[in-house]
Amino acid sequence: MSKLTPAPGQTVGPFFGYALPFAKDNELATPGSAGSIRLHGTVADGAGDPIPDAILEIWQPAADGTIVAETGSLVRDGYTFTGWGRASTGATGRYTFTTVNPGATRRGVAPFIAVVVFARGLTNRLFTRAYLPDDDDALAADPLLASLPGDRRSTLIATREPDGGLRWDVRLQGDGETVFLDFDGGALAGGRDVSGERA
Amino acid sequence: MTNPRQNTQQEMSAEIQAIASGYRDSVAAGGAVLTQPSLDYAPYRSSILRHPTKNLHHADPETIELFSPAFGHQDVSPLEADLTIVHHGEPQGERIKVAGKVLDGDGRPVAGQLVEIWQANAAGRYIHKRDQHPAPIDPNFTGVGRCITGSDGSYAFTTIKPGAYPWKNHLNAWRPAHIHFSLFGNEFTQRIITQMYFPGDQLFPLDPIYQSIVDQDARDRLVATYNHDLTSPEWSLGYNWDIVLTGSKRTWTENEALGEDGEHHE
Repeated sequence: MSKLTPAPGQTVGPFFGYALPFAKDNELATPGSAGSIRLHGTVADGAGDPIPDAILEIWQPAADGTIVAETGSLVRDGYTFTGWGRASTGATGRYTFTTVNPGATRRGVAPFIAVVVFARGLTNRLFTRAYLPDDDDALAADPLLASLPGDRRSTLIATREPDGGLRWDVRLQGDGETVFLDFDGGALAGGRDVSGERA
Repeated sequence: MTNPRQNTQQEMSAEIQAIASGYRDSVAAGGAVLTQPSLDYAPYRSSILRHPTKNLHHADPETIELFSPAFGHQDVSPLEADLTIVHHGEPQGERIKVAGKVLDGDGRPVAGQLVEIWQANAAGRYIHKRDQHPAPIDPNFTGVGRCITGSDGSYAFTTIKPGAYPWKNHLNAWRPAHIHFSLFGNEFTQRIITQMYFPGDQLFPLDPIYQSIVDQDARDRLVATYNHDLTSPEWSLGYNWDIVLTGSKRTWTENEALGEDGEHHE
């Protein structure tokens, strides 16, 4: 099998607002429907300022842990769970999704929502995860979380709110910088300093 | 926000060249070839506070990350691949066809997946309300298209060649003409948004966004090729651009590897 070199990413730029958003893009579930929850938070930069021109996508299992293969995310019928959604941040850097709690894909594994972040000023997409906070044993057994120091680990775990919703903030840089993931190995990820220094 | 004196293009180009030279020296000394843009690339000023300072954390993709959301013809009308028929009249500018294939890093076609594009009009103006560039809006051009790839990973758009676009990164900053592309793969880890450029653009060496990809071969992967076979007589000029996503991390079943048309892609 041939191995090809992937094309580089580029910033989403400032003008995606008329192209990428669509009606009900952030409604994986209909607000108010049984089992629906709000997942929301703020995207902030290295100065702690909100980023008003970021766009997030989430991809998750259904409530029973099934990974669905349903089309219809772009033209939602209000009933079919497609597992995928998109939300732009507003003027205050806030994003909101309506979704369901993802189920565990296998017994005992920690459920999480896969997230990809795009923004003006961000030269390439960033992958991360938002874990549900509820199952301490499953979180403790999670290989990714176990590989992180405690202060960084917490950036990947959402907070359960009194109304059952989830709060999860994204910090691109600085105090509480979110852990972003490299699935492909350093040279493909672009995270390394181009001066050749290695952290 | 403070507004210090803007850098000139000459100062910006010196910054770009210093980083490029450092990278070439690093590769010559056996350093890694960087095939993706640098997240920390100060010449692109907006990146300064928006890049992670900690290394990306290596993770083995699990469960949901090994699959991709599904899109289909409920989601996208075939008419959305033609950006020139959205309004009553013909848009201004040079009509072009952009076509190619989406492949994963193992060379498999990415079939039945969503491709989204957006771009400026022929005068270099985006329809976006925050674009203040005093070039004319074209009432017959919005600049947004979508399509679903064929079983062989193919896509094709009919559109207008976008114009170069001025921005405020530094004094007299101009973006080379480009089309934004948003792509999904067979797995979530292959998701990417990038930009396609046109061959021979004189703005390439001056542009910090394009140059944030410090490797020349990597940058070249974003440049389409003029292809006369894609050109239609007395109608439109043709450009080819094939897009390779990252490699697969999932163990494929035989049916998946065979593809919809029964052709063996491995």
